[in-house]
Amino acid sequence: MAITRGFTGRRRTDPRLPPGQYDVGRDFPVLTAEVTPRINLDRWTMTVDGLVANPITWTWNEIRSLTPSTYRGDIHCVTTWSKLDTWFGGVSVDELFAASGVLPTATHVLATSTTGYTTNLPLDDIRGGKAWLVWTHEDKPLPTEHGGPIRLLVPHLYFWKSAKWITRLTLLDHDERGFWERNGYHDHGDPWTEERYSGD
Amino acid sequence: MTDLPAGTDDPHSTDGPAVPAVLAPVGGWRTATVAGIDHPTAHGVRLRLDVPDRVDHLPGQHYVLRLTAPDGYTATRSYSIASAPSDPLLELFVEVLPDGEVSGFLDEVVEPGDELEVRGPIGGWFVWTGERQAVAIGAGSGVVPLVSMLRHARDVGRTDALTLVTGARTLADLPYADEFRAAGAHLVLSREDHDGRPAGRLAAADLAGLLTGAERGFVCGSAGFAETASVLLADLGMDVQQIRVERFGPTS
Repeated sequence: MAITRGFTGRRRTDPRLPPGQYDVGRDFPVLTAEVTPRINLDRWTMTVDGLVANPITWTWNEIRSLTPSTYRGDIHCVTTWSKLDTWFGGVSVDELFAASGVLPTATHVLATSTTGYTTNLPLDDIRGGKAWLVWTHEDKPLPTEHGGPIRLLVPHLYFWKSAKWITRLTLLDHDERGFWERNGYHDHGDPWTEERYSGD
Repeated sequence: MTDLPAGTDDPHSTDGPAVPAVLAPVGGWRTATVAGIDHPTAHGVRLRLDVPDRVDHLPGQHYVLRLTAPDGYTATRSYSIASAPSDPLLELFVEVLPDGEVSGFLDEVVEPGDELEVRGPIGGWFVWTGERQAVAIGAGSGVVPLVSMLRHARDVGRTDALTLVTGARTLADLPYADEFRAAGAHLVLSREDHDGRPAGRLAAADLAGLLTGAERGFVCGSAGFAETASVLLADLGMDVQQIRVERFGPTS
């Protein structure tokens, strides 16, 4: 990397920040490519299907009656902001997968939102205590612009993988690119190795 | 595209966001040379960059710019492209934010002849290439990608296919104000009367009559502005699947 003439920068040595990220502090920026949907919780459902023994669809009340699980830690947006030491409440994706019975042939997951937004994840990045469906942020209901009433949370990957307004997880035996992945962004999205754009 | 369950609120939900047929590839890091730099508005800096071996962009796309300190510390930000693909140089317009680490440096330190690392073009969603009738609404630095769309429309003889609505607090705050006015853009100023329109935020009345024939909407600006404008388009009858939004987060 070439040194930029005259640039010293603000030293941000927080070890929690992946390379190229900065701490946005208490802000929580909104970056969405679509119109924010209006979701009627009486009609919202969450489905796990594809390569599972039992495809299951949960209602809002059924999802909220599952074992509560909380994530506390950091989130990282590919646009270079990170939000440190924040927390979300919901349910572990592991619980949904256990109920559905993921088949051994499954290798990837496609997450789908009510808007039609999709994002793809290797199965091992969304199970084993690494991913949640969340409906609270810092003890308040998750606002619509942040993906409320309920979003996927995969905090160890760039935040576009944490699909807002989640409605479906489909287990696949192959990788199937989602919305941003077909629009110039990386297939995997690990902040610590800066997997930002296609080809990184 | 996976079918969505019945009972979602979106009547078009089985037809998810389409992907453009043509997508410019993201190039690798390039060392660009500053060919020109000026300060067209009180809080704006315009960069004209010579990017060797540039991948042609599509109007609406952005670049990332990376600054490197002597100790290896880097700061990277994304900036929309203002220039047309046909322009031999790459033009970026950056809003200078209070205490902005990158924007402040660009504003105060950078001179012609300086080298800056850039990478792009990025993004395949917020893109208009002239093939569809479109309404594009931007505010503040969110008008920058609309400049690229406008210049491209002139290049390909499709200015009739692009309706522009551009907003700012005052005329002096609107980047590229003269270019937009010359192109017949509709100016929405929140704190200044303009051309018979009283000062005020974007409202349905500003868009009435502009959506006839528009197949696609583009909205770019702060999170608050983008929310207002995209909901207005939907409420005025535009298919939500055809509304493409770019919300600018804080990029200092």
